[in-house]
Amino acid sequence: MEWSFVIEKLILVSVIFVITLVIAMYSTLAERKIAGFMQDRYGPDRAGMFGILQPLCDGGKFFFKEEIIPAGAHKVLFIVGPTIAIITACISSAVIPWGQELHLGDRVVSLQVADVNVGILYMFGVIALGVYGIMLGGWASNNKFSLMGAIRAASQSISYEIAMGLSIIALLMVTQSLSLKEIVAQQSGFVNWNIWAQPLGFIIFMVCAFAECNRVPFDLPECETELVGGYHTEYSSMKLGLYMFSEYINMFVSSALMASLYFGGYNFPFMNDLGLSANWITIIGVIVFFLKIFGFIFFFMWVRWTLPRFRYDQLMNLGWKMLIPLAIANIVLTGVFTLIKDTYFSS
Amino acid sequence: MTVFYFVAFLSIFFALMTIFTKNPVHSVLYLVITFFTFTVHYILLNAQFLAVVNFIVYMGAIMVLFLFVLMLLNLNKDTEPMKSNLVKFMGVIAGCCLLVTFLGVYRVFEISNPLTVINPEIGLVKNLGKVLFNEFLLPFELSSLLLLTAMIGAILLAKKEPKQI
Repeated sequence: MEWSFVIEKLILVSVIFVITLVIAMYSTLAERKIAGFMQDRYGPDRAGMFGILQPLCDGGKFFFKEEIIPAGAHKVLFIVGPTIAIITACISSAVIPWGQELHLGDRVVSLQVADVNVGILYMFGVIALGVYGIMLGGWASNNKFSLMGAIRAASQSISYEIAMGLSIIALLMVTQSLSLKEIVAQQSGFVNWNIWAQPLGFIIFMVCAFAECNRVPFDLPECETELVGGYHTEYSSMKLGLYMFSEYINMFVSSALMASLYFGGYNFPFMNDLGLSANWITIIGVIVFFLKIFGFIFFFMWVRWTLPRFRYDQLMNLGWKMLIPLAIANIVLTGVFTLIKDTYFSS
Repeated sequence: MTVFYFVAFLSIFFALMTIFTKNPVHSVLYLVITFFTFTVHYILLNAQFLAVVNFIVYMGAIMVLFLFVLMLLNLNKDTEPMKSNLVKFMGVIAGCCLLVTFLGVYRVFEISNPLTVINPEIGLVKNLGKVLFNEFLLPFELSSLLLLTAMIGAILLAKKEPKQI
């Protein structure tokens, strides 16, 4: 292990970390702006030009609020809850390939932190771990409403993880690889994007991603009209801020995952016909990737201000009786198509 | 090797903590950490796939369900069942049996040759899949049938009986 390699990875990790946090910060502003736009009002516009300093004000406010740990709460787990939530949110972006290789002189810098052989499964593991943050926080608060919120959150994310995993299996049958780097590299150009091969799988995956991020219409864990405040009822100050923040980071990461699994990641149409040097294509690719991510984040917000919330039994019915059978049918269909293609159209 | 001993120590430590803590929720959490150390063991053996699957299935799914049930039970000191003397007596006898077994094992104990992995790539997904679907196809399919049966059984148990009028 040479030093330059370590330094290179450290820089990459820091840059991605900062970008993640900044995007999560400004997602809060974007959400309120988009809400304003949809409801025909301005949204926050007092702090700085167009309210550009609003997230900083909110963050500062979170830090200076009084921190309350309820007397009946379990002290250690009360702090561990938001910690797990934010850590799992931040480490999940480690396997996403942000771009192709950069050539700096003789060095070839890969714009991916870790090319894990089983990258997609790593993502799933981290997502599954995120449930603990919510459950522990809800239980440690020693409050009935928090506990109900936590249990709703856990059962929802366990249910939708199954459908999500099944939709990924169909995708893996097409790509023949578990490594995210390779999956993205296969989708070069425009016609090779996995969305064309797996439209049904994408829809299932996207619905499950909404459910995993606890976004409307699946925001039952924190529906304030029924549950006081959900699993974070007893939280105040930055601990509440961390829960909120981890939700926005999850939204960013799942947008990145959707873009790289189904929409070609950093690939863009005619990328090989422009006659640009490799470095330029990499840079444009990174920009295109982020544009795709922003598109998905906008979609998340658009849905939030358009659809009402599900009832709990509807949520469970959709997860278990609609999405899982659909995902299994999708696997069978994909298998049949692959077989036909390999038998009759193989060249 | 030092990494292995460190992780092995952690596994045993947290496994013991699982037994010795009074609070059932703490117990489950220590069990979760124990499973995490197992994941690290798999990674040390270069079995990435097994590591991640162990992580997802045990830590991500099964232990969450455990936690789920325990959180809904109101387990306080007062509701804890009193252990009768008979149970304690049985515990002592079982412990003595374990001790005798350990002594017997210790007598025939010798240091075996260190296990060498013939193919270090065997734990990767591709090779594992090939082995499972060629050499071990029958046991693999049989165990999948077993799991399917268990699943259907669970659903049948959970399903409400139709009301008879």
